[in-house]
Amino acid sequence: MSATIPRKGFFTDTSVCIGCKACEVACKQWNDVPEDGLDFLAMSYDNTGQLDANTWRHVAFIEQDDGGDMRWLMSSDVCKHCTSAACLEVCPTGALFRTEFGTVVVQPDVCNGCGYCVPACPYGVIDRRKEDGRAWKCTLCYDRLKDDMTPACAQACPTQSIQFGDVDELAVVADARVAELQAAGMVKAQLYGKPADTPGVGGQGSLFLLLDEPEVYGLPPDPVTSTRNLRSMWGAAAGAGAVLVAGSLASIFAGRRR
Amino acid sequence: MSARDSYYGRPILKQPTWTWEIPFYFFFGGMAGASATFATVAELAGEDDLARRAWAVALGGMAVGPPLLISDLGRPARFLNMLRVFKPTSPMSVGSWILNGAGATITLGVARTWFGRIPRLGRASHAAGFAGPALATYTAVLVADTAIPVWHDARLELPFVFASGSAMSAGSAIALAGGGAPARRLALAGAVGELASTAIMEHRLGPLIGEPYREGRAGKFAKLSKGLTAAGAVTMAAARGERRASAAGAALMLGGALATRWSVFHAGRQGAADPKYVVEPQRARRAARA
Repeated sequence: MSATIPRKGFFTDTSVCIGCKACEVACKQWNDVPEDGLDFLAMSYDNTGQLDANTWRHVAFIEQDDGGDMRWLMSSDVCKHCTSAACLEVCPTGALFRTEFGTVVVQPDVCNGCGYCVPACPYGVIDRRKEDGRAWKCTLCYDRLKDDMTPACAQACPTQSIQFGDVDELAVVADARVAELQAAGMVKAQLYGKPADTPGVGGQGSLFLLLDEPEVYGLPPDPVTSTRNLRSMWGAAAGAGAVLVAGSLASIFAGRRR
Repeated sequence: MSARDSYYGRPILKQPTWTWEIPFYFFFGGMAGASATFATVAELAGEDDLARRAWAVALGGMAVGPPLLISDLGRPARFLNMLRVFKPTSPMSVGSWILNGAGATITLGVARTWFGRIPRLGRASHAAGFAGPALATYTAVLVADTAIPVWHDARLELPFVFASGSAMSAGSAIALAGGGAPARRLALAGAVGELASTAIMEHRLGPLIGEPYREGRAGKFAKLSKGLTAAGAVTMAAARGERRASAAGAALMLGGALATRWSVFHAGRQGAADPKYVVEPQRARRAARA
């Protein structure tokens, strides 16, 4: 049955984001995410800072001055729900799993807070919540999806900057929108998250239309799921282990010849 | 770095949440793994006295390791969830099973060689010939299998750094436990191996990605590690078996092996904290693809 459900995801069109942060608020409310500091960060209108255990949607604000011509970029960031998800692959307990919607979700009743997913994520999304010790991130509103509802952030977005749907269909919409913007003279408009843009993770379930390079928004330009190189790592470990055995043998037998 | 190179200079990656327990575990787990390897080889070579001492050191390391790991968990009471699944894509899952296997073989090795118990089943302790090297090197795979460039880009060198450091600490500890010349040779070989493999690792990481090993806490520990290792090895080699000088050399080398693990640990933190380590190489790759 699960094979019949198409993969679900987001398309975040940053060109129509107005920086209202309704997505941040709706996410916090629906998912009961704790408050994580009321700080003034002096980063334009961004006082949230980053995605972490207690922030599953984060609106970035970038002020650009191109020779006197001011440009204000806004973008709502979220977990990428990677095709090849490092967090899920390195999780030793099976707490992180892939749902029937093709999304990546942590099971809080299984997670033991080992923290391995934290440095494994090439986007720095998932983090351990200090006060309860477990790892948390966007679930793509798994509970709402099961009831055929739209995720809270997409539901709350007043400009349809955040669109929810089947990833295949969203990719078509996104391509058309990039072409439209480029035809209108926005040459830097680009898609971020299709398999061709992010081959290192096999593509993302969350697509983004960006108006500048990914790193300007705090996104990695070419993320890679580290487990792709696992075979070579275990190969090196086997080689090093063999050297250890050989070293032990040599240390013991070196004395016998005399 | 200009405003075009990052988002307000904020990190792209999250720093590991792991605390002081982890570098100590790398040290004690590595020592246990290399000691168990050495004990097995010694036993098969008929060096029963040497094997007994090596098994004891392995048990010592093994007694300290798992409590450190459990203490680092966000939910220590759920440590058994590590054994809920066997997951080949997760070096921590594979490592949990390696740790269990090594714990079992080391216990059998000690039970048989020290207490003469379960002699026939005790032969299963020879499986430490595999579990020992695995215990000494899997932690290198574990840190290499992350998004942090200073760790991931050293994935081919880190297992050799950890294996040689484990040999150095095991040899030193067994020498202190009366292991004599074979133990001292293991320690010296480990010291040479660690100095060489860290030098190769730092060289191959290059000036940008390898920068953490020259700066901050990782840099300080890297220097301390090289100093202690070299001083310990020279002291032990010059001692020519003289007891007190050999012991001093062994103590210095134990410190060197511990400092290396701390340096790798901090390098990962520093390598995640600055976005330039992610942006610069990835931007070049993305541009090359376009």
